[in-house]
Amino acid sequence: MTAVTLTVNGTERSLDVEPRTLLVHALRDDLGLTGTNVGCDSSSCGACTVLVDGQSAKSCTMFAVQADGADITTIEGVADADGTLHPMQQAFHEHHALQCGYCTPGMVMASISLVEEYPGLDENGVRHGLEGNLCRCTGYQNIVDAVLAAAGSGGD
Amino acid sequence: MTITEDAPAGHVGSRRLRKEDPALLTGEAKFIDDLALPGAIWVGVVRSTEAHANIVGIDGSAALEIDGVNEVLSGEDLAPLWGEGALPCAWPVTPDMKNPAHLPVARGTAKYVGDAVAVVLADSRYAAADGAAAVVVDYEPLPAVVEIEDAVADGAPLVHADLDSNECYTWGLWGDNAPAIDAAFAEAAHVVSERYLQQRLIPAPMEPRGCAAVPSPAGGELTLYSATQIPHILKVMTAVVLGIPENKLRVVAPSVGGGFGCKLNVYAEEILCSALAMQRGAPVRWTEGRAEAAVSTIQGRGQVQHIELAADADGKVTAVRVKLLADMGAYLQLVTPGVPLLGGFLYHGCYDIPNYMFECTSVFTNRTPTDAYRGAGRPEATYAVERAMDSLAVSVGVSPEEIRARNFIGADAFPYESAAGLVFDSGDYQTVLDKAVALADVDGRRAEAAQRRASGSSKRIGVGFSSYVEMCGLAPSRVLASLDYGAGGWEAATVRISPTCKVQVVTGSTPHGQGHETCWSMIVADQLGVDPDDVEVLHSDTAVSPTGLDTYGSRSLAVGGTAVYMATEKVIDKARAIAAHQLEASEDDLEFSGGVFRVRGTPEAEVPLAGIAFAAFTAHDLPDGMEPNLEAHVTYDPPNFTFPNGTHIAVVEVDTDTGDVDLIDYVAVDDCGVQINPLVVEGQVHGGILQGAAQALYEDAVYNSDGQLVSANLGDYLVPSAAEAPRFRLDSHATPSPTNPMGVKGVGEAGTIAAAPAVINAVVDALRDLGVTDVDMPASPQTVWRAIADAQGGAS
Repeated sequence: MTAVTLTVNGTERSLDVEPRTLLVHALRDDLGLTGTNVGCDSSSCGACTVLVDGQSAKSCTMFAVQADGADITTIEGVADADGTLHPMQQAFHEHHALQCGYCTPGMVMASISLVEEYPGLDENGVRHGLEGNLCRCTGYQNIVDAVLAAAGSGGD
Repeated sequence: MTITEDAPAGHVGSRRLRKEDPALLTGEAKFIDDLALPGAIWVGVVRSTEAHANIVGIDGSAALEIDGVNEVLSGEDLAPLWGEGALPCAWPVTPDMKNPAHLPVARGTAKYVGDAVAVVLADSRYAAADGAAAVVVDYEPLPAVVEIEDAVADGAPLVHADLDSNECYTWGLWGDNAPAIDAAFAEAAHVVSERYLQQRLIPAPMEPRGCAAVPSPAGGELTLYSATQIPHILKVMTAVVLGIPENKLRVVAPSVGGGFGCKLNVYAEEILCSALAMQRGAPVRWTEGRAEAAVSTIQGRGQVQHIELAADADGKVTAVRVKLLADMGAYLQLVTPGVPLLGGFLYHGCYDIPNYMFECTSVFTNRTPTDAYRGAGRPEATYAVERAMDSLAVSVGVSPEEIRARNFIGADAFPYESAAGLVFDSGDYQTVLDKAVALADVDGRRAEAAQRRASGSSKRIGVGFSSYVEMCGLAPSRVLASLDYGAGGWEAATVRISPTCKVQVVTGSTPHGQGHETCWSMIVADQLGVDPDDVEVLHSDTAVSPTGLDTYGSRSLAVGGTAVYMATEKVIDKARAIAAHQLEASEDDLEFSGGVFRVRGTPEAEVPLAGIAFAAFTAHDLPDGMEPNLEAHVTYDPPNFTFPNGTHIAVVEVDTDTGDVDLIDYVAVDDCGVQINPLVVEGQVHGGILQGAAQALYEDAVYNSDGQLVSANLGDYLVPSAAEAPRFRLDSHATPSPTNPMGVKGVGEAGTIAAAPAVINAVVDALRDLGVTDVDMPASPQTVWRAIADAQGGAS
C-alpha cells in the first residue's frame, strides 16, 4: 500500500492505496465520492472526468498515486455550500441537458474545463471539445446549448 | 401550502424544468455501483472465450493464489443453488417454440462468447477482476454458427445438439389472405422486392449493468438492488427461478443510468447474486465492465429482411409480403422471441394497404442473445417499408413524398383497422409530412443537390424521408394473451393526499431517465390545483410500489400516466363527497377548480382541498360509512395500443471520393398525441434520433467467422459523440389519442424508429444517379465507397 495525499474539493485527504488503484476508484471507494461515474474500461466515455489541478482529466486513466499532492475537483465540489448550483450545472438544468444523468457529472466537469480553457467557443468548438464525453440519452443538442449558454453568461 | 385560487393552472403543456435534475447534477443520486455495502462478496464472472465449446476443465488454482480471491466455482459447483432452474423467457410465441434451458452459469458446453462458465468470489472489485482473469478454462472447440443465414443452411452445425435444427420458431400473420396477396402481386404494375440487413447493435447505456443482493438472514428476507428497468417483473421472476417466497423478496432499482431495453431483462448475475447471498448470508455484488457488457448484456436487432410491395400503375400499394430471418442468439432471454412480432404488425407502415403477409423464422446462433432494444421490432419494420417505398417511388417515377401521399391512411379514416388487425387511434399523416417538407426546405435542398451534381462536385447532397407509425402504450392484457405473452399490460398507481395537503403518487412505472417524477407531478398538480413541487412521486422499489409492470415500449405515459390520472380523479371524487357533506350541498352542484370546491351559483360557499384533506385525516365528521383519508388506487388496463407517428427528413452530404457521410440537417415532425412537457418530449426525440442515426451510420456489433465480437469496447463500437451529432429541428402535430383520457401516445422510441431509414434513404438519394440503389447499415465510409465503386462497374 502507498500513502497518497490529495486535496479533494478543498479538503486535504490522506489515504493508503494499492499502487494500481485508479484515481476514480480512490475517489469512489476510498473517499465515498460516488458522483464521479465509471462508464467504460477504455477511456472512451468520459463519465469519470474530474479536474486535476484545474484541468479536466479522465480519472480512470490515472493512478491515485499519480495524483499525489494534486488538487482534485469532483462534481460534489462545484456547487456552493448553500446548494446553489454552479453556473454550468444550472445551465444543464435549464436546457434539459441530462436525462438518466449518468454521464452528467463527467460532462459538467469537462464542460467547465472546456469553457475556461477556450473562452468564446462556437457550437462546432463545443461539439469537438466534448468529443471525449459520451451521452446516450440526449443526442447532445441540449448539452451543447447549455455549454454555450454557460459560456456566454460568464459561467466558468 | 400552495393551494390558492390563483395557483398556477395549466402545468401540462409547459416546458417545466425537471425535478430529477439537482440530485443528478450534483452527484447526490445513487446508482447501483454507488451503494456502500461493507463486507460484500464481490463476484467476478469467467466468460467463455469460445463461441461454442465443451468445457473440459476449469482450473482455479492460479486465481486462488491472488490475495483477496476466496473461491472459484464452476457451473456444476453452483448447480445446487438453482438445480435445473433456468433464466426465464416470458414470451413463448408458438406452442412448439424451442427454448433450451439457459442456466445462469453454463454446465458442460459454452454456447457463445460471453457465456458465463465460472464465478470468482473475492473481497474487492479488483480481486474479483484479477481472479476471473486468472481462471484457466480448458475448452474443446465445437463448430459455431455465427451468421443468421448460415444457421438455416444445409448441414449447419447445431447450436443446441439436442435439437434437430437451429430453428427456434416460425410465426406468421396472414390469416386466409394468401390467395388475395398472390393475386395482388400477379396483377401489379410495379413490384418491389428488397433484401435488407439489420445489423446487431449493442445498446450501451452509459451505465453498465450491476446488481447487489443483500440478505437479512434472521428473517430470511432478501433485497435485490439492480440497475434494471423492471424491478416488479424481476421480483416475480427471481422468486419463481429461485423459489424465494415473494413476501421475502424486495427489489429496488436505484438511479438507473439508461436502459434502452437492455435492462428489461432477468440476467444470470441477478439470479447468481441472489442465490449466493441467500446461501452465504452476506451481501453479494457484481458490477459489469464495458467490454463485458458487450457480450453479457443482450444485443439488439439482428435480422435479414425480405420485403415485397405490389402496386398499381399509380403507385398505390395493394399488397405487402414480408419474410424475416431473426437472430435469437444462443438462448432466449426475457422477451427475445417476441421482438420480431412487435414489428410484424407494422410492415405496412402508415399506408392503407389492403393485403398483408408477415412471416418470421427465428434461429439460434452462437452469439449473445438478442432482445428488446429501443423500438424493439418497430425500427426494423419501419426501415424495411420506408426503404421499399423509396424504391417504389423510383419505379413509378414520382418523388418520395408523392409516393407516400398516394398511400397514406387518410386523416378521415380513423379509427383505422389495418390489414394486420390493429386499430389505429388517430393521425393526420399528410399534414405531418407537409410540415416536415416545408421545415426541411426540400425544394431548396434538391436544387442544391442538382447544382452539386451538375458541377461534378464530389460532395453530393441527398434528402431522405421516413414516415412512420408505431404501436406503443403496451398493452391491452387480452391482446397480449392472444400473442402468448406471459404477463398483462396494465399499470398501477396510488395517489394519496396527506393531512397538510401534500400529494404522494406511487407509480408502478420505473423511470431511468425519462422524467416520470416531473411529468406525473405536472399531471396531478393540474388536476388537484396544487403546485407540482408539492407532489412527490415514489417508484422503483417493490416495498414502496408493490404493484407495477415497469417501463419499456414507450408505455409509461399512455398506461402508467393514465393510471395516475385516473387515481387522482378517484381522489377528487372522494373529496367531492366530503365537500358536499361539509357544504350541505349536492355533489352535483359542486364545481372543482384551482384546488377549491364551490357550490355553483353560491360563490361564498366553498371549501379548499386542504380543508378536506385535514377533515379526511381527522375523520371527525365524514359522511356516514366513508373511510378516513384521501387515497385511491387504480390499475389501468388500456383498451388499445397508442399509435404515435411522424415524418422525419434527413439531409446528408456524401463525399464520393472517400465515402464519408455527413448528416447536415435533420427535421422531425412527430405526433405523440398531447404533450405533457414539450421539453421532455424534445429530449426524447433528440436522443432517439441519434440512436437511430447511429445504426444507420456508425454502430455494428461485428463478429468474425469464429464468433468473436471484435467491436466490444467503445473504441471500436462507435457510439456517436457531440461532434458527429447534427442539430435537430423539430416540430409536432398532435392528434389526441381517443384511447385514454389525456389523449397521450408516447414518445420514447419514435426517434429511433424513424431515423435509420431517413438517413439511409438520404445516402441512396445522394448517390442514385451514380447507380447506387442500396447501402447497407452502417453506412461507413468503406461501405459507401464500395457501393459507389460497385455501381460504377466494380472498380474496387
